[in-house]
Amino acid sequence: MTKDNQRKIVIPGEVIVKGDNYLPGEGTEKKGEEIVSIKYGLSEEQNRLIKVIPLSGVYQPRRGNVVIGKVGNITFNGWVIDISAPESAFLSLMEVPKYVNKDGLDEVMDFGDMVIAKIWSINKRGIDLSIKSRGLGKIDEGIIVKINPNKVPRVIGKEGSMVKLIKDETKCNITIGQNGLIWIRGDKIDDELFAKKAILFVTEKSYISGLTEEVKKWFEKEKK
Amino acid sequence: MDKVLTTPDITRERIKRYLSEGKRFDNRKPEEFRELIIEPGISKNAEGSARVKLGKTEVLVGIKMNTSEPYPDSPDKGNLMVTTELLPLSSPRFEAGPPRIESIELGRLIDRAIRESKLIELEKLCIKKGEKVWTVFIDIYSINDDGNLLDAAGIGAIAALKNTKIPKYDEKNETVLYEESSGKNIPLSKSIPISITAHKIGDNIIIDPTREEEDISETRVTIGCTNGVVSSMQKGNSKELTIKEMEKILDLVEKIEKEISLKINKPLK
Amino acid sequence: MTKEFKRPDGRKVDELRPMTAKVGVVPNADGSAMFSFGDTIAIAAVYGPKKMHPQHKQNPEKGTLRCNYNMISFSVNDRIRPGQSRRSMEISEITKWALEPVLMIDNYPNMVVDVHINILQANASTRCAGINAAAIALAHAGISMKNMVSSVSIGKLDKQLVVDVDKKEEDWEEGEGATDIPITMTGDDKITHLQLDGKIVTKQLKEAIELARKSCKEIYEVQKKALKESLSEGEK
Repeated sequence: MTKDNQRKIVIPGEVIVKGDNYLPGEGTEKKGEEIVSIKYGLSEEQNRLIKVIPLSGVYQPRRGNVVIGKVGNITFNGWVIDISAPESAFLSLMEVPKYVNKDGLDEVMDFGDMVIAKIWSINKRGIDLSIKSRGLGKIDEGIIVKINPNKVPRVIGKEGSMVKLIKDETKCNITIGQNGLIWIRGDKIDDELFAKKAILFVTEKSYISGLTEEVKKWFEKEKK
Repeated sequence: MDKVLTTPDITRERIKRYLSEGKRFDNRKPEEFRELIIEPGISKNAEGSARVKLGKTEVLVGIKMNTSEPYPDSPDKGNLMVTTELLPLSSPRFEAGPPRIESIELGRLIDRAIRESKLIELEKLCIKKGEKVWTVFIDIYSINDDGNLLDAAGIGAIAALKNTKIPKYDEKNETVLYEESSGKNIPLSKSIPISITAHKIGDNIIIDPTREEEDISETRVTIGCTNGVVSSMQKGNSKELTIKEMEKILDLVEKIEKEISLKINKPLK
Repeated sequence: MTKEFKRPDGRKVDELRPMTAKVGVVPNADGSAMFSFGDTIAIAAVYGPKKMHPQHKQNPEKGTLRCNYNMISFSVNDRIRPGQSRRSMEISEITKWALEPVLMIDNYPNMVVDVHINILQANASTRCAGINAAAIALAHAGISMKNMVSSVSIGKLDKQLVVDVDKKEEDWEEGEGATDIPITMTGDDKITHLQLDGKIVTKQLKEAIELARKSCKEIYEVQKKALKESLSEGEK
């Protein structure tokens, strides 16, 4: 693979590279001597490992992801949380950082409530969530914005630089769920909507290079 | 309705609070429509058609005509039939299967707005009294639902009727020749009913809700009117409305009706 | 003979109608696309993968693909009554069989992927246009696929083979009349769908399949271009 086509858009079935020197990574498979894409997305090479990063489609849960979800059901020992993924996740009352009376689950979180949680296990039975770490738990106020989950890395930016820029410019608290749900909380609704607008700008321009500069310019223009 | 698909409670609370300051999430005024794009004549096999986009909401409307027997109580009048399909393609909230009450109500509201305003001159669609008349089918399809399918469908129906040509009728063989047009427009009166739906959220009245706003609408009133004359109306959803609010809605609709009818007369293409 | 044969719309025997394809036509869907052959226009939307409900329909071994093909009432001259018909139910199943071989459906146990196809305007070859739109929409929805599929209808009009049959050709009456052969192939030339109505000798049918292979390559390029352009535009 030459430098020019290091990142290129590929479609399912498309041959990305030929030759025995490469290893098939995520989103690809090896077919004889060829490495073929099984996804629509951007192909990338790192140390001879070829992978395809999907840029559209439903969120695929991974262990360790912080996600934002909605309480869809309450059972005798926890909450069923919709995390905009192919299947719902489960938050056990054992994974709540305080004692919860089994009769009082709805007092902690009720139907329709939003929650920030971490995926601590994915197995055959399903996806298990926890809210035991800092920054996790029920959301009381603010707005929820839904974006294409594949664009989450762009909104976060390198080492969180993009989201920091948006936080600083809008004076809002922002928590980004890997599942594409974003929680924005500011002093005024106007601030929250301004942050929402900035985030949507990033998702629309997510393919241009020098995005951070572009967003800075956008803020200058918007603030006039 | 599956609760997981609807707008989160905290966002609902924010929308309501913002509205109480007279503001909406997308910067519109309470009585402001989203960008309205009307494309007439988008289908070659329909007698008339239109695509309507209201923001991200999109509907297709097609007019088909066929001959049939008249109803016994109107032997010299054409027939009108309106159907709506809320396609599962257009929203995760719509399921395949027999039509549900939402789509039936939508069709009936459009039907009444058109029928009661006497927009289509059905008496001119009689071929042979008591034996053969034209039936006008107005078929409405949702392509993407981002709120207010109701008004998009109503606007689409009018826009489609306005470019409807009657097909040629072969009297000898009693068949419709769809490949040939009679060259005649469908007979329409001057009273064009614009159907507008007002929604009550908290103490506020808005029109053209987005999906998020429609989710928190407490009650709605759909009004079909022409030049300030109301010809059809329906209050939907189970919450009451004060007389004052009803009067406010009537004033609002009268104002907006003019703007929308201007747009229908000069569609973008 | 090839040169003398006149198609009603003046196309060469191996010439497809002008094709267009567009990605992301239904913003609500997880993946969507439009595909057209001339006046035949299909749109497809994909929802999923998502957990199959009711639970007893879940398959722990692999995911389920559901296809739902329908023509809108005013897509043809004689108005179609809204709702499913025997024809649309069969084509829905055919469409599923045409798409399933390339989907890595084993990756989605207990899940369902819904594909909704609506024909907005019809001038024959609607199932092929629908399959082409669905393949793009599935890729757009990020579903794992071994390859794309492309679909075309080959016709035998009297004795002559032609590609991408339109309505006038479908109703061909001269000589031996019309034989309609819709075929779907993967990007690496495997057949996933084949139907035939009419009469044809095996030797010529083999030629028809070869003709389909060539046409599917052209269709594949249109699908590929639509997908690639949609990403560079920064859609959705």
